[in-house]
Amino acid sequence: MAEKVLMKGNEAIAEAAIRAGCRHFFGYPITPQTEVSAYMAKKMPKIGGVFLQAESEIAAANMVLGAASAGVRTMTSSSSPGISLKQEAISYIIGSDLPCVILNIQRGGPGLGGIQPSQADYFQATRSPDHGDAHMLVFAPASVQEMVTLVTDAFDLADKYRMPAMILGDGALGQMMEPVVFEDKEITPPEKPWATNGHENKRAHNIVNSLYIQPDELERIVKERFEKYEEIKKNETRVENFMTDDADVIVVAYGIAARVAKSAVRNARAAGIKAGLIRPITLWPFPAEAIKEKADKVKAFLTVELSMGQMVEDVKLAAEFKAPVEFFGRTGGMVPTTDEVFNEIVRLNGGNK
Amino acid sequence: MNNTTHTFLLAGFGGQGILFLGKAIAVAGLLEDKELSWLPSYGPEMRGGTCNCSVTVSDEEIGSPQVLTPSCLVVMNQPSFDKFDKATVAGGYTFIDSSLVSSKSERTDISVFYIPATSLANENGLKGLANIVMLGKICKEYPFLPKETVLKALEKNNKKNLPEITERNNRAFDIGYNYAE
Amino acid sequence: MATVFKKPHALTDKPLHYCPGCTHGIVHRLVAEVLDEMGIEGETIGVAPVGCSVFAYDYFNCDVIQAPHGRAPAVATGVKRARPDRFVFTYQGDGDLAAIGTNETVHVGTRGENITVIFINNAIYGMTGGQMAPTTLPGQVTQTSPYGRNVATQGYPIRVCEMLATLDGVAYAERVAIDGVPGIMNAKKAIRKAFETQKAGKGLSFVEVLSTCPTNWGMTPKDAIKWLKENMESYYPLGCYKDKE
Repeated sequence: MAEKVLMKGNEAIAEAAIRAGCRHFFGYPITPQTEVSAYMAKKMPKIGGVFLQAESEIAAANMVLGAASAGVRTMTSSSSPGISLKQEAISYIIGSDLPCVILNIQRGGPGLGGIQPSQADYFQATRSPDHGDAHMLVFAPASVQEMVTLVTDAFDLADKYRMPAMILGDGALGQMMEPVVFEDKEITPPEKPWATNGHENKRAHNIVNSLYIQPDELERIVKERFEKYEEIKKNETRVENFMTDDADVIVVAYGIAARVAKSAVRNARAAGIKAGLIRPITLWPFPAEAIKEKADKVKAFLTVELSMGQMVEDVKLAAEFKAPVEFFGRTGGMVPTTDEVFNEIVRLNGGNK
Repeated sequence: MNNTTHTFLLAGFGGQGILFLGKAIAVAGLLEDKELSWLPSYGPEMRGGTCNCSVTVSDEEIGSPQVLTPSCLVVMNQPSFDKFDKATVAGGYTFIDSSLVSSKSERTDISVFYIPATSLANENGLKGLANIVMLGKICKEYPFLPKETVLKALEKNNKKNLPEITERNNRAFDIGYNYAE
Repeated sequence: MATVFKKPHALTDKPLHYCPGCTHGIVHRLVAEVLDEMGIEGETIGVAPVGCSVFAYDYFNCDVIQAPHGRAPAVATGVKRARPDRFVFTYQGDGDLAAIGTNETVHVGTRGENITVIFINNAIYGMTGGQMAPTTLPGQVTQTSPYGRNVATQGYPIRVCEMLATLDGVAYAERVAIDGVPGIMNAKKAIRKAFETQKAGKGLSFVEVLSTCPTNWGMTPKDAIKWLKENMESYYPLGCYKDKE
């Protein structure tokens, strides 16, 4: 059994990425994720890896595009305003079917916003990672340990489906320390016969490209990608159900909000209210089925987010109007408190404790 | 307060070792195989402004890592006292560095301890270890974990394993532990 | 029967889409000849820009990546850092390299990234139909400088070779021109030298190629060459600006 150590979320992610076989990291400093770069800068030279501080988030993401094209496991990380800058490269990465991992330790927005924890980039991650018809895998860890697990899975699934995977965390998860165990796992990235790494006169030249000037060809390629998305929805959706079996009020929350919600659900149970929690672990694909299954059994859903309400739209779509879907959130870097969520649960239960 | 869950809110100036104090508590929890979380304030305020840190040590899975109503509050400057004095849960504990905080708590529903930690550290040639003096007093009055575990945690945090640092830490800890108002 | 002329192996059989008289075809061929002569096609990864040469991935027989507008140097950096044993080059126009991608260009130079950059300077945006480029000459008429480039409101052209030569990481920077047979021969020599510089691991090698755009300049190919010689070469003097030992 591997040793349990105390680690900051940002550092644990970096270590997990290295253990997942990432040897090429391209970063740019921004609060509250800079520790990822600092950790990589320290570790990579010692293990023959590459840490490069780029001239901008734009360049860092394009370096990832280049390294991914060459067939290696590669990663970049940033926080909200920096992710906006990376979106250009993310689009080309999606359009070129390249695997990589992108970390977003979210902070308050819009604009320069703030530096405290936020979940206001949900739409950006799940709805519009770029221009064009496109998705990327989006994982939402709720603890330092889960960040470690999901980073490994993100690399594996990115390779499997040849698409980018985002770890969507927040300032609290990045900055906090929790005990974490790194399981020794055999890393076997798949062969990448499509990579542009020099054909050595043994095969035809490979092209990494997102340009299809003929509309019928572009349509065909996008449709093929969407067939892949359907397969991913079937196979890779992840969700945690907590005390939902008999629940009258189900809170839907992810990441740090889910931890607050879980405490509130426990307190509600202690007060005699049948509360439960559905915690999406993948935000794209979104665990719509888990919500749909409960929609005709609950009094109400309560979506809790560190935003003005974004995931709540997915919850509404999944509930198909069979149950009311309410929202409670704080934004700008504020974190909902357990009591605030508890009071909302009580209200939705009909006011009875 | 759930007696298997200990929530700490530690507050002071940047540079007082507030985060380190939190880390010592967290590592002690780790040594006892507890659930735990350590959440610092971060950003510009770290550069010499106010600084605080939430630590939870528990037998149960930890929900929100943010501690708003601590079972144990430690304040090491006046602004932190003004801000957090009311935060401690009823029945909880508040520890105040009385060399830097002139106010007295008017709370009657909690246990309040005044320790001139900064002066004690300075007088004993332990400048910069007021945080450890505080830790000693906390362990005495609010024994969330065995004293031995906390001392071991301090030793573990001494990464280069310098005997001189361990000796100074232990001395600072004992000064706090044995301090009587 | 003796072969007296053939297409370099490093060029595919795909017909080029370039306009009649455009010098892109010549520069493509020069790069391909160098890859052939050095025997490095199989170890080379090219990075195509956004602009007229966006389809370069269809023309070069080595592996090629198509990069976002201006980001080719960053993409090339990623490739080179992943495969330092490979030859990596970018092929970029003036809008791509000296406007939207200036940051990437400067930093690939200052980092001394061991790649080769082929820079086509024809003083205009070609693909979008003839707008003002960062290298458009003062007074030059384009779609977006219809009264001639007014330096008071539209600023001055950038001399990229001169600028990059100031950076310690740049190993080799030379400006050549496709302005006749000697010019073409000279351009070939510079491109070869750039790849040799990369082979020696010296840092960034940069070749600026003054080129024509007869279509968007509104000239015959012959007049375009004449215009290049008479107007561009005085503003952008040919020569080697940096050659690190």
